[in-house]
Amino acid sequence: MELTAEKVTREFVRPSGKTNRFFAVKETDFALQSGRLTVLMGRSGSGKTTLLNMLSGLLMPSSGRITADGKDLYAMPDKELSRFRCEHFGVIPQGQTAIHSLTVTENILLPFALYGDAPDEARARQLMERLDIADLANARPAELSGGELRRVAIARALVRKPSLIFADEPTGDLDDENTAEVFRFLKECASEGAAVLVVTHENDAKGYADIMLKMSAGELTQE
Amino acid sequence: MKSLAIKNLKGRPVRTAVLMVLAALLSFTALGGTLVVASLGKGLDSLKARLGADVMVVPKEATMKKKFEDIVLQGSTGYFYMSYALADEVIQREGVGQVSPQFFLASTGSSCCSIPVQIIGFDPATDFTVSPWIKRTYGGELGKYDIVAGSDLNAFVGDKLSFYGVECTVAAKLEKTGTSYDTTVFTNKDTITALIQSSLDKGMNDFKDTDPEKAVSCLMINAADGTSPEELVNDINIHCKKVRAFRSGDMISGIAGSLGGVSQMIRLLIAAVWVLGIVILLLAFTMSVNERKKEFAVLRVMGASRAKLAGLVLKEALCTCLGGSLIGAVVGLLVLLPFNGVIEKTLALPFLLPNAGSITGFAVSAVALSVISGAAAAAVSAWRVSRIDTGLILRGDN
Ligand SMILES: Nc1ncnc2c1ncn2[C@@H]1O[C@H](COP(=O)(O)OP(=O)(O)OP(=O)(O)O)[C@@H](O)[C@H]1O
Ligand SMILES: [Mg+2]
Repeated sequence: MELTAEKVTREFVRPSGKTNRFFAVKETDFALQSGRLTVLMGRSGSGKTTLLNMLSGLLMPSSGRITADGKDLYAMPDKELSRFRCEHFGVIPQGQTAIHSLTVTENILLPFALYGDAPDEARARQLMERLDIADLANARPAELSGGELRRVAIARALVRKPSLIFADEPTGDLDDENTAEVFRFLKECASEGAAVLVVTHENDAKGYADIMLKMSAGELTQE
Repeated sequence: MKSLAIKNLKGRPVRTAVLMVLAALLSFTALGGTLVVASLGKGLDSLKARLGADVMVVPKEATMKKKFEDIVLQGSTGYFYMSYALADEVIQREGVGQVSPQFFLASTGSSCCSIPVQIIGFDPATDFTVSPWIKRTYGGELGKYDIVAGSDLNAFVGDKLSFYGVECTVAAKLEKTGTSYDTTVFTNKDTITALIQSSLDKGMNDFKDTDPEKAVSCLMINAADGTSPEELVNDINIHCKKVRAFRSGDMISGIAGSLGGVSQMIRLLIAAVWVLGIVILLLAFTMSVNERKKEFAVLRVMGASRAKLAGLVLKEALCTCLGGSLIGAVVGLLVLLPFNGVIEKTLALPFLLPNAGSITGFAVSAVALSVISGAAAAAVSAWRVSRIDTGLILRGDN
């Protein structure tokens, strides 16, 4: 699946400063390609998350268009876009994002449960083993470490085998070994045909990247 | 999605329990309150029917220290007599329509009597106030020494009770009336005459000079067409100095008044509990959603639509409120049905529970109302959740 952004911008209102409005993402054209691992780096506050949120259908651009499979994401009604995102988009957000009242397995299978789809339990188990959290299958999020929670979020994003994968600092809480494993894994997803966008500060990521992008003050540049 | 709602509720047992208790409180007060109010209303209707006549006439001494009123309204025991001659004087007055005599006797707790109760004798030939009640449970005619027992008396059909040494048989038992009838024993004229005679023979009657064959305790009178009960009462009280006439409407106006007061208080109480309960529910739902804002944002990231998020909040609210309201209604019934006697005694007002069908109706509406209120309180949070800014919330912690 091909994702393209045409002339997207995102403006925010900030109460302080000389001018109230500023562009977190300046006019950008962008295409996320299937089978490729795209790595986006840049300083904190440069607009990486803002761009990723727009691309993943979570944040409406101030101007411009984002299309997936020829469909204008933000022209779709919420219900249709949500279902489309659930099936085709895997998003690993920044921070801790497990659902408190569900076990690890239930958390990972949630993208199926959301629309009452048949859960692919084998896939969940395989992901948990791969991410080294198989022993925690029945644990509650409150009992997990930051890095374990992060891996739960990764498994959850990938459980439906999405064709577009968005990861916002997916290795923030992980040690070097796990970080390498996650990148190897994302690379594998890309080689299986998914389009992968990873926002990261890890310099090692360069070794896995097919495409390297850099964001600075809202401007996107290819390295 | 439904199971997610349930799991969320189970995952926060304390919060869920508090919400359920609140919903239970709402349905409990609604059901309990309306049942008490309805029972009081029914009790008053029953009391009106129990009086059964427009006007009652008793000998003047029966009005000292409220003796007669206490017998009719409070269910205390007592007796008094006037001669036929005196009764005739009343009956001859213009404006008297239907009329029937009643004969009172109080049994005592001593060895001659099985139980201390009020005994009322009526004349089957003319009676129009007691017979309609008896007919509800007993189709036959009462023979000599047959009695009908009020519903609260510990005597059942076929039991033998003796009064002043005379053995009587319980031929029928009255339905509950919520009035003094519930602790009264009824007999026909022949039986009570014999009982009064026996009490005199034993020297246990205060009215030693009474001839039981020629004495009545009370006249039940309906005003003739064209005469108002008011006029009739005034006429009798002016012209027959040795008796006292009452309009039954006046007798129960005091009760109707305090009953209205109690009902009003209960209604206010229900309203107060509901206003408070709904405000707390509103706050509780808002807090519960605020606290989980991030979880809702995560669901949205996974592809939950705005409608689904709102639906999740509503489902959680519906489950808790339905569960809580059902518990509240069951507790309400468990408190009210077995203890309605205690409530009746505490309120000291006529109190008659509605029939099973109406009680079910009250229970269903109480639960429905409480669930609807809970859902309405949750709707505010549901709407807010559907509007969340996912990007903003997920950026929150870095
Ligand atoms: N909803 C918003 N309202 C106002 N300002 C915002 C909002 N979202 C982002 N910004 C601002 O836009 C800029 C870009 O934010 P963004 O989260 O995209 O940065 P980032 O590159 O992801 O940073 P980091 O590496 O720290 O995650 C920041 O200056 C931020 O303060
Ligand atoms: Mg960011």
